[in-house]
Amino acid sequence: MRALKGVSFDLAAGEVHALLGENGAGKSTLIKVITGAHSPDEGTLKVGDETLRSLTPAHARALGIACIYQQPALFPDLTVAENIGLRLKKPKPFSVVKRGSQRQMAIDLLKRVGAEISPDAEVRELSMPEQQLVEIACALGSGAKIVIMDEPTASLTQKEQHLLFGVVKDLRASGVGVVYISHRLEEIFALADRVTVLRDGESVGTHAVKDLTESAMIKLMVGREVATLYPPAEGEPGETVLSLKGLSCAEGGVQGINLEVRAGEIVGMAGLVGAGRTELARILFGITPADSGEILLGGKAVKMHSPREAIAQGIAYVPEDRRRHGVILEMPIAHNITMAVHPRLFPGTWLRKKSETSLAEDFIRDLGIKTYGPEAPGGSLSGGNQQKVSVSRWLATKPKLLILDEPTQGVDVGAKSEIHRIIRGLAKEGLAVLMISSDLPEVLGMSDRIAVMRGGTITAVLPGGADAHDVMAAALGQSGREVA
Amino acid sequence: MMRKYSREIIVAIALILLMLALAAYAPAYFDPQPLLSRFTSQAPALVAAIGITLVIIIRQIDISIGAQFSMCAVVAGVAAAAGMPLPVAVLAAVLTGAVMGAFNGLLVAWLGLPSIVVTLATMVTWNEALRLWQQGRLMNLPAGIQWFGLSQSAGQGIVIGLSVVLLIAFAWGMRNLALGRYVYATGTDAEAARLAGINPRWMTFGVFVLTGALAGLAAVLNMVQSPQVQPNAGDGLELKVIAAAVVGGVAITGGRGNLWGVLLGLLLLVNVNPALTYFHQPPYWERAIQGLVILLAVVADGLQRGKKVKHA
Repeated sequence: MRALKGVSFDLAAGEVHALLGENGAGKSTLIKVITGAHSPDEGTLKVGDETLRSLTPAHARALGIACIYQQPALFPDLTVAENIGLRLKKPKPFSVVKRGSQRQMAIDLLKRVGAEISPDAEVRELSMPEQQLVEIACALGSGAKIVIMDEPTASLTQKEQHLLFGVVKDLRASGVGVVYISHRLEEIFALADRVTVLRDGESVGTHAVKDLTESAMIKLMVGREVATLYPPAEGEPGETVLSLKGLSCAEGGVQGINLEVRAGEIVGMAGLVGAGRTELARILFGITPADSGEILLGGKAVKMHSPREAIAQGIAYVPEDRRRHGVILEMPIAHNITMAVHPRLFPGTWLRKKSETSLAEDFIRDLGIKTYGPEAPGGSLSGGNQQKVSVSRWLATKPKLLILDEPTQGVDVGAKSEIHRIIRGLAKEGLAVLMISSDLPEVLGMSDRIAVMRGGTITAVLPGGADAHDVMAAALGQSGREVA
Repeated sequence: MMRKYSREIIVAIALILLMLALAAYAPAYFDPQPLLSRFTSQAPALVAAIGITLVIIIRQIDISIGAQFSMCAVVAGVAAAAGMPLPVAVLAAVLTGAVMGAFNGLLVAWLGLPSIVVTLATMVTWNEALRLWQQGRLMNLPAGIQWFGLSQSAGQGIVIGLSVVLLIAFAWGMRNLALGRYVYATGTDAEAARLAGINPRWMTFGVFVLTGALAGLAAVLNMVQSPQVQPNAGDGLELKVIAAAVVGGVAITGGRGNLWGVLLGLLLLVNVNPALTYFHQPPYWERAIQGLVILLAVVADGLQRGKKVKHA
């Protein structure tokens, strides 16, 4: 799998160049190439007059490339002035730190970004946007010629956004080139001179912002035709398995969710990263408790306080990050598969090796897991096959509702369509499926209905096979067209 | 098979080579009576090592195990000296251990405090409490406690027998009980375990309680071997059992290892001293050689991990 394919990107001095694309379109990878975190396989980079095969982070910094990430990378226990000093002039190990000049430098830089932050404040006391401003101050102070901002407004209030926009415009006026990444189209219209749209790791073109409409921009992002290779739905869905009424949870940032999932139905959850989809899944699985609202399972109101209770109620959750929270790489496949079913499979908690092995063999056969046997460690499998093991673990609990979080993330194309077939097959057997996916064609192709989330609420519920444009518009918060 | 148990095999080979060398050059090592005495004196460490192994597999550490051992020994001694029957003294020691373990477990599992700090604090606390209470006195035990009131060889048989039975039971349980699987799962990835419906807090708490109880039992198995109770009987025990676990292939990062390896590790480490004696070498080398063995084990772990990282 290639994250980037033959992308060309150029940035002029005194320009704000926006980078736009869906989740996984290759924006982060491109940034990592520019900052030297990744080396490209092919192609060259040209900074000023210097042509390079690849960069190292130190070299990138020396060339005047600065990046402000969504999560500021500051030292929380040091003061603002110390952070700025450390970043700008890495002191030699035995040199004496000049506190006075360090502090003065910090004051000057903070003033330039218009931040009302004390240079003596410890960074841990600062809010996220204040920390971002400190990052920007560092970038300014380093005399950066290229400043990359990765969704800088994601956590800012309206007022702070304005402040930030001012800083960006100042940067542009002083001849700095700014690469600006954002999902928010209105920001791109307000700030950017040009925009490059990435899709599936390829550039679909660079345009002057003033030549584009919002609708045209969304079209560029979505672009491709939805493949027709998805397994079709058959028959009518059965009775309602899951029903959510006004479900809210402050901790998860989820608000007033109403949703129904019926037996035999696949409901796709679309939205951007951070829209609250995973948080909703975590509420349903008892990881984060809901503050208010109702969860009805088979018409009965239930409260879930732990995954164990959720499992007992017939809910299964295949988490997003299977390497972290799904398959335990050191453990054999058989152990991975039976991990959630010990009480059912082995009454009295004895492990019966024979039934464990035969259960694992059943799943290896049914889901087509490619391995040499149930005793193979999870880590020996490819991504797609690990995902099948993760799904097997949850199918083994015989759930009524299966929640899948990014089921085909990082899975190769062949395994992807296999997993799609498996999911459709499970729905046909009467399972209610809630599938979170940032892969738009997947959501469109697999879902019987599509719920779109934005900012912790469901902004639209669309029929299966809905228009990609409408889904994207709802996810981006554009009125777009009339949404059902 | 070979790769999975490579550490156990290497340690076993080292042990066999040591035994062969002893058989060739110092056959007196195998005289039955002293051999039996040596095994008996190390049996309590084996019982404590079972507990520490579970703690390390679940990705925690308990350096208070020696202090727990001392405390339990004194509690059992006081109970016995007060004229209580032996089973009551045993129960008192095991319960005391379990309570001390529960204290560690509570702080680690529910307050999320790092176990190294928690158990360092409790180690110092229990040791100082003992010093205030006993002022370093040796306590004389009434007759009928040493060797359970039986002959020495019968008593030795019971001590060794009990330890071995416990080892077999726990080794079996870690492989064949769902609970054993839960310990490995929690130690490898607590979040994944939680998502699978396992409660990592209860698992961690339970392991600490169990370890305390095993320390109590070990203290009793140690007490019955002499007519007196020392208030610092457990000094240094934590290092001995942690070292045995590490040499035996238990990953200090949790999730990996088994009790048979720990048995081999312990046997190797505790035989350094007698081997020196029988080879007529100065005994000062004991610590240095033990340190070298531990260092080799850690380096081997590091090399293995390095290989894995590269492949990933």
